[in-house]
Amino acid sequence: MWRYLIPVGLLAALVAFFFVGLGRDKETLPSPLIGKPAPQFSLPRVGDPTQNVSTADFAGQAYVLNVWATWCVGCRQEHDTLLEIAGRGEVPIVGLNWKDEMDLAQEWLRRLGNPYVATAFDPEGRVAIDWGVYGAPETFLIDASGKVIYKHVAPMSIDVWEREFLPLLKKTPVRE
Amino acid sequence: MKTCVLAILLLMIVPLGHAIDTAPAFSDPVQQSRYEHLSRELRCLQCRSETIADSNASLAEDLRRQLRELIAAGKSDDEIMTYMTDRYGDYVRYRPAMKSNTWLLWAAPVLFLLAGCIAAFVVIGRKAKLPDDDLPADDRARTGMGDV
Amino acid sequence: MTVELGHFALILAFCLTLPQAFFGLAGAAWRKPHWMALTKNAVVGHFVLTAISFACLVYAFYRNDFSVLYVASNSNSELPTMYRLAATWGAHEGSLLLWLLVQSIWTLAVAGFSRSIPEVVTSRVLGVLGLISAGFALFILTTSSPFERLWPAALDGRDLNPLLQDPGLIFHPPMQYTGYIGLSVPFAFAIAAMLEGKLDSVWARWVRPWTNVAWVFLTCGITLGSWWAYYELGWGGWWFWDAVENASFMPWLIATALIHSLAVTEKRGLFKSWTLLLAITAFSLSVLGTFLVRSGVVESVHAFASDPTRGLFILTFLTICSGSALALYAWRAPLFRSDTGFAPLSRESFLLMNNVLLVGATLLILLGTLYPLFLDALDLGRISVGPPYFSIAFLIPMLPMVMLLAPGMHAGWKRANFDRTKRTLGVLLAIAVVGAIVLGTVVYGWHSVMTIVGFTLAIWVGLAALVDPVSRLLKRQSLSASIVGMSVAHLGLALFMLGVATTESYRRETDISLSPGQTAELGGFQFTMTRLGDVAGPNYDAVESEIRITRDGKEVAVVHPQKRTYRVQKNPMTEAGIDSRWTRHLLVSMGAPLGDGAWSLRLQYKPMVQFIWFGAFTMAFGGLIAAFDRRYRVRVTADATQAATAAGVRTA
Repeated sequence: MWRYLIPVGLLAALVAFFFVGLGRDKETLPSPLIGKPAPQFSLPRVGDPTQNVSTADFAGQAYVLNVWATWCVGCRQEHDTLLEIAGRGEVPIVGLNWKDEMDLAQEWLRRLGNPYVATAFDPEGRVAIDWGVYGAPETFLIDASGKVIYKHVAPMSIDVWEREFLPLLKKTPVRE
Repeated sequence: MKTCVLAILLLMIVPLGHAIDTAPAFSDPVQQSRYEHLSRELRCLQCRSETIADSNASLAEDLRRQLRELIAAGKSDDEIMTYMTDRYGDYVRYRPAMKSNTWLLWAAPVLFLLAGCIAAFVVIGRKAKLPDDDLPADDRARTGMGDV
Repeated sequence: MTVELGHFALILAFCLTLPQAFFGLAGAAWRKPHWMALTKNAVVGHFVLTAISFACLVYAFYRNDFSVLYVASNSNSELPTMYRLAATWGAHEGSLLLWLLVQSIWTLAVAGFSRSIPEVVTSRVLGVLGLISAGFALFILTTSSPFERLWPAALDGRDLNPLLQDPGLIFHPPMQYTGYIGLSVPFAFAIAAMLEGKLDSVWARWVRPWTNVAWVFLTCGITLGSWWAYYELGWGGWWFWDAVENASFMPWLIATALIHSLAVTEKRGLFKSWTLLLAITAFSLSVLGTFLVRSGVVESVHAFASDPTRGLFILTFLTICSGSALALYAWRAPLFRSDTGFAPLSRESFLLMNNVLLVGATLLILLGTLYPLFLDALDLGRISVGPPYFSIAFLIPMLPMVMLLAPGMHAGWKRANFDRTKRTLGVLLAIAVVGAIVLGTVVYGWHSVMTIVGFTLAIWVGLAALVDPVSRLLKRQSLSASIVGMSVAHLGLALFMLGVATTESYRRETDISLSPGQTAELGGFQFTMTRLGDVAGPNYDAVESEIRITRDGKEVAVVHPQKRTYRVQKNPMTEAGIDSRWTRHLLVSMGAPLGDGAWSLRLQYKPMVQFIWFGAFTMAFGGLIAAFDRRYRVRVTADATQAATAAGVRTA
């Protein structure tokens, strides 16, 4: 007798899932790196290719890694925000120039301002793959022990910085 | 679709349609066949309705290159899959991994088949005990022709 | 001005659905002949107004009226005329208007072709269809109107997505929608039966032809979609288990189960509540499909729109529509239990297994499609479920079903007697096995055991399907449309299986680079690029290469693949060069220029792939034949008059 209620029950469960699923952000993928040690790299420096930029340079301090490129429209949008965050001096921003050309990158930084303490040059995208990058811009927060603690996909804004990054930054020592 | 369009904007002009490998095939047919198989198991994260074998996105190209290098380095299929999921999560696998959150998905085909067969046998068992008289006259269809 | 007229017509069309629904349902419930008659007037009026509304939109496309936002977003002055007109249903808003139009045509058809059905039933059916139309009309008017103006008007439009600039766009969506919406008819009949509290074999006889025709259209729509994707995208694939493809396949599977279940209900008055449930589920899955495609809740390349607001509306509609139907089912289904039985080995039990396995397959596809959503909603992670899962999951219930098909076709009602058919079936199975082994070793070379199994089943089912009509012809017995239709449909399935088994086992492909004068080899064929040059189309510029295909020195074909750049949207698109023969397709697609006149090319060899669509269309043809069986068209006036007199209502 009660089994005739099963179909309508299944429908109710399905509709409930759909309702919850409607508002969810499908674009952003969760990063499996959260809570894990940051992938190490040592790449040529944008501006002075004879020098290297490595994760080892930032051992013992928290830093932000920002993935950008000159062909990326969103990167242009977030550039001023990055300059402002860099100006606040709370935490260094390291750039990862992805799938780009050295002279274009240098020109961009010269023309628009340089928020990065250093920018690593990754034209083939190998390091980006290690970091699970699937689009630009992406911004990572790494704590002083070298663990990735947050990833933001899409252009940075002051609002995101204050709402998402700063609270996490406050909970972890800036230097070890 | 939106991510795909975004990728297109970001990467200027990206050809729509099939990606065609510009790198030479493996000389070892076993490796080549592993490459062709695995590239169809991985999802492109920019054009998300395609495998990295089919997608024209630059990320797909990079991942294909990575795949080729891993195969050439002698990594096993499992090691390659782990490499990919370590960086991009389970989302990148088109064949869901067997984990605690997917056992229901993988058990489902056999479970549903069993449940269905059991239900069918129960019903048939019950119906076999009933008389097979035709229903009262006012309920019968005058089908006239056809046995179907 | 035309667009405002179209908008106004749509508003009026919506208004008319309300009396259609009211007079249809209340008129039947309170047995008021005048009200029931009014229902048909409302149906005609609604159709005319919807047609006017649709015509206005088409006219706006024809005249390149870029002051209409929808036209400006989807068309362009250089777009060839036929695509300009078809662009009407090229995106979300217009396709919904097409949906409404097709619904109104189906409703009109039901109103027109139901002379042998008591008016009480017809009115209820039309009333339910009116409620459905009301829902969709309201959806369009409140969230998705194609009649929005763009001010200031655009100088030219954004052009139709190049992938849609193909004859496939002209035929695939209308045919698909006709199928989806056609399933609302058995749905409405089911509601009518539940409201009346009466469901008998006569009811099944009314419903079967409508279900068959809807199924035919859905089969053709899905097949066209697969074929279109194959040659338009040039990637050689014909099914990707994409969420939207699954959304169209699930109602098809349930409709197939429904067709078979209706056979039992008509013949023996059994499976009544099961048939009701299937009829409700089939249309519910159509609506679910629309929801999935337009809400953004699952990721799909085919998705029209990803708008949560629109998604919420359709979800509400789905809840009300299916929820009330299933609630009605929970209340009324116990009424329809029957106390007749059948032997364990009988046509009824074979059809029961058929239904169980088809529904099982549908549930598996539903689970696979929605599983990523389930996990994400429960915060259990983001995963993907793709072809590697679906191809296994689908085969598990389908393989047993196909194995049961040949004996099932020859099982008799109530108690099957296989004494005489046993030998025929055994001989046919032996022939199938031998044929399969020959195909799978000598002709094509060894691939796998599964390939041999696939070939065996395809040949066995095909031969078994022919037994009945051939023996009847030889014995000069009568052949009804039902029998012929059934045989043709099952034969179509066999051909489809043959195509799939061959192509999936033996296809070959390779990526190479060629410049003019060079040759590459694949599967025994030689591909030579003889020419490379620029061509201009109506709204695109292209690089075209000429590829000469030879075998053993003899020329087999010359194909002209192109790499097009559409001038407005600027996205490059590859147009494959295909040499199609019944035995195999050869595809050449252009990739990218590699410098020095060389281009990367993909070459593909697909044996027997044409049988996939030919088999599916044959299935549809079989269903069409069966729908026109004489017993559906004969007015069983004695029955109807009796029942009508008993109910005290004049027969329409």
